[in-house]
Amino acid sequence: MATSSLLLLLADGRFPAGAHAHSGGLEAAVAAGRVTDLASLEAFLAGRLATAGLVGAAFAAAAHRAVTSAGPAVRGSTLALLDAELDARTAAPALRTVSRRQGRALLRAGRAIWPEASFDDLPRTPGGAHQPLVLGLLCAAAGLSRAETATVAAHGTVTGAASAGVRLLGLDPYQVQALLVGLADRCDGTAAEAARAADDPPERLPAAAAPLADIHAEAHATWEVRLFAS
Amino acid sequence: MRAFARVVARADGRGGTVLAELRGETPLLLRQTPGHGRAATVYVVGGAAGPLAGDDLRLEIDVGEGAAVRVHTVAASVALPGRPDAVSRMAVRAVVHDGGALHWLPEQLVAAAGCAHLAESQVELAAGARLTWRDEVICGRYGETPGAAVVHTRVDYDGRPLLRQSLAVGPGAPGWAGPAVLGGAPATGSLLVVDPSRPAEAATVEGTLARLPLAGGPATLWTATAPDAHTLRAHLGDATLATVV
Repeated sequence: MATSSLLLLLADGRFPAGAHAHSGGLEAAVAAGRVTDLASLEAFLAGRLATAGLVGAAFAAAAHRAVTSAGPAVRGSTLALLDAELDARTAAPALRTVSRRQGRALLRAGRAIWPEASFDDLPRTPGGAHQPLVLGLLCAAAGLSRAETATVAAHGTVTGAASAGVRLLGLDPYQVQALLVGLADRCDGTAAEAARAADDPPERLPAAAAPLADIHAEAHATWEVRLFAS
Repeated sequence: MRAFARVVARADGRGGTVLAELRGETPLLLRQTPGHGRAATVYVVGGAAGPLAGDDLRLEIDVGEGAAVRVHTVAASVALPGRPDAVSRMAVRAVVHDGGALHWLPEQLVAAAGCAHLAESQVELAAGARLTWRDEVICGRYGETPGAAVVHTRVDYDGRPLLRQSLAVGPGAPGWAGPAVLGGAPATGSLLVVDPSRPAEAATVEGTLARLPLAGGPATLWTATAPDAHTLRAHLGDATLATVV
């Protein structure tokens, strides 16, 4: 019972880690004229879920696995390897920066909420550890299962972009929520796939790429005025 | 069909490269052609149509210290359907030693309607090795809805992960044609350049071509989407290569 509430708290966009400041690449896709309405938003969310959603969820699940099943001696080295593997899956420097910045914000919340939990196994990479790794450790600290961890991660990649869609395009929030309801099964499927993949060696974790995500992110990073940080 | 091919290149001690081994099997036949300077040039000659679902093709490349190899293909590969429920597979495994250079510059992979294709490449670069690696995917022949194709690339530099990317198009890859992945572009690809002697470059974007410095080594990835194969090649072709090779 306690776990259910914790799952909801961690998946909530109001969790104080600054998720509302990010559009998951949607702002740049809207500016490029590629997302203009509900139908194109739905296609965007489906593609994001299958690429960044799957990769992020798999790394969150793998980080959760590293701190819940690996011995203390190898936790740090496993997390460092996961961090390097995620770098290798994030070709755009703008996306690496954003992921580390989101990881720092999430870690700040995690340390305040679970002061007894050990976050010190995270790699001391300049800029901080990648967001999915920090999320995996937070979910472990909250006692969530690996499958729940993957669900929180996959869910976060689509809900953030969906609510950004309401603000950027002035879409009907009921209709956007209906899109998310329609994607729920696929989101659960992605999370299940990610949780299974977490048993594979780090180099074999999902690496689903999206050329436009990289292109959009670098274009967005050059803007002087923008509504969202990414 | 199953086929195995292997290229082993070694420095010849006079500033050039000798192919210590060059063997192939139909449909993966290898031919050496007069090279560019110190590099040996090898063409992969498709000895049959395809790859067809059910084909399992493997190519190994080993480039020794100080040796250089350019690999091309004579034509685009068109992945085609074959045995029901079967997948065609093209696996390339390359190792490049310190001071060696591999330039992998094949023609495009065309994912024809109904295909089920997996292109899997794994490259290990020693510290001091150089690499040029181009992958181009055309989603279907003219006006055609593509089959399922996955291009999976894994590159390590000095024992560290440098690039992992898996691009999936066609049925089985949700949202692949949508605005998060290809935005309806039928052509996409990337050009990876690893060169320890090149200074790091900043990221740039021009239209749908981005230059992305990677985190795990002295490397830059150009990634692009395009309305057709010619435009894609203009993005990832000689003009870009001239600045790097």
